Amino acid sequence: MQKIIFTLFLAILFLNACQESGNTKTAKVERAVSNSTSIKRIPGLPPIYERFEDLAPIFEQYNDTTYVINFWSTWCAPCVKELPYFEALTEKYATQNVKVILVSLDFPKQLETKLKPFLKENNLQSTVLVLTDPDANSWVDKVNPAWSGAIPATVVYKGDTNKFYEKAFESFAELEGIITPFL
Amino acid sequence: MKKVFNLAILLVATIGLFVAATNSTKSGAGLEVGDTAPDFALKNIDGKTVSLADYKNAKGYVVIFTCNTCPYAVMYEQRIIEFHNKYAAKGYPVIAINPNDPAVKAGDSFEKMQQRAEAKEFPFAYLLDDGQEVYPAYGATRTPHIYLLDADRKVQYIGALDNNPQDAAAVTTKYVEAAIAALEAGKTPETTTTKAIGCSIKVKRS
Repeated sequence: MQKIIFTLFLAILFLNACQESGNTKTAKVERAVSNSTSIKRIPGLPPIYERFEDLAPIFEQYNDTTYVINFWSTWCAPCVKELPYFEALTEKYATQNVKVILVSLDFPKQLETKLKPFLKENNLQSTVLVLTDPDANSWVDKVNPAWSGAIPATVVYKGDTNKFYEKAFESFAELEGIITPFL
Repeated sequence: MKKVFNLAILLVATIGLFVAATNSTKSGAGLEVGDTAPDFALKNIDGKTVSLADYKNAKGYVVIFTCNTCPYAVMYEQRIIEFHNKYAAKGYPVIAINPNDPAVKAGDSFEKMQQRAEAKEFPFAYLLDDGQEVYPAYGATRTPHIYLLDADRKVQYIGALDNNPQDAAAVTTKYVEAAIAALEAGKTPETTTTKAIGCSIKVKRS
């Protein structure tokens, strides 16, 4: 059974990789979500990815959208501080093919108690996903080999152009400054 | 004349490359496996200064950059205590260093370190990287971040304690224990570096 799922997963990956047209980005993410079995759905919470391999397709969407993928957590003070800049990005560039995805690394035990109320209170407009795969050594390099694992960390990519930042952004202007060259 | 010009271009290009290479080494500063780690003299929670050289009969050193406030550091606290209790007697003591600037993270002040160490009865040294010079010399980027050194202070392993921060019971690979077992057997550790999620080290904005 697992083999079948894995094959299916590979097939989806392959199909995604082959599709180069724009405007299908969000659809792709959602398809990956709905086709995989290790993604948990809990009411009031974003999709919970228990294995990185199921999340991996969000880093491999080669079209004309600029993807801004930020790793954060409610317990990470510098992460929470820079979240408004990512939200502002979503608001300002919604019509310009910029897609912000906030990957929460909150712990499984704290999703209900910390993440849920945080999301409710802050009403985030960017896409939020949760990654709980504990074996970080197996996936940190797949996000970017330059990443040591410290958060916050941000990947920006469009097509083959890829930038990685292991740092907190100081202002919206600083974040915007790294996005605009992609547009 | 053209020859001289070409030569000049070549020279400039060579210098450029050299500078670039030097800079890239600098930006990736810190220790790699095989490097000899520098000793240090940092204040322990008991007020005494601690150096690696103080551990006279050590067969190795487990230097852990960690702190009070990072949830990952907290999740590993009990495991680090147990690790030290098991391995210090075998010649591999834990030396914990808090790399955070207390001016940025008040919960990581020297006094808070003392309180935490007392509450949890830390059996190992818990030092403050006062002035924040040691962690960059080692190349630590997060808490917790472990450097296993051998008796000659040669770096044998850099990374995480094991492969499951959130659940000690679900751990399937204990990286540092495996590395020490290799050293004890006169071998090179199989896994010499691992990555882990952790908290960024808190530094004052320049």
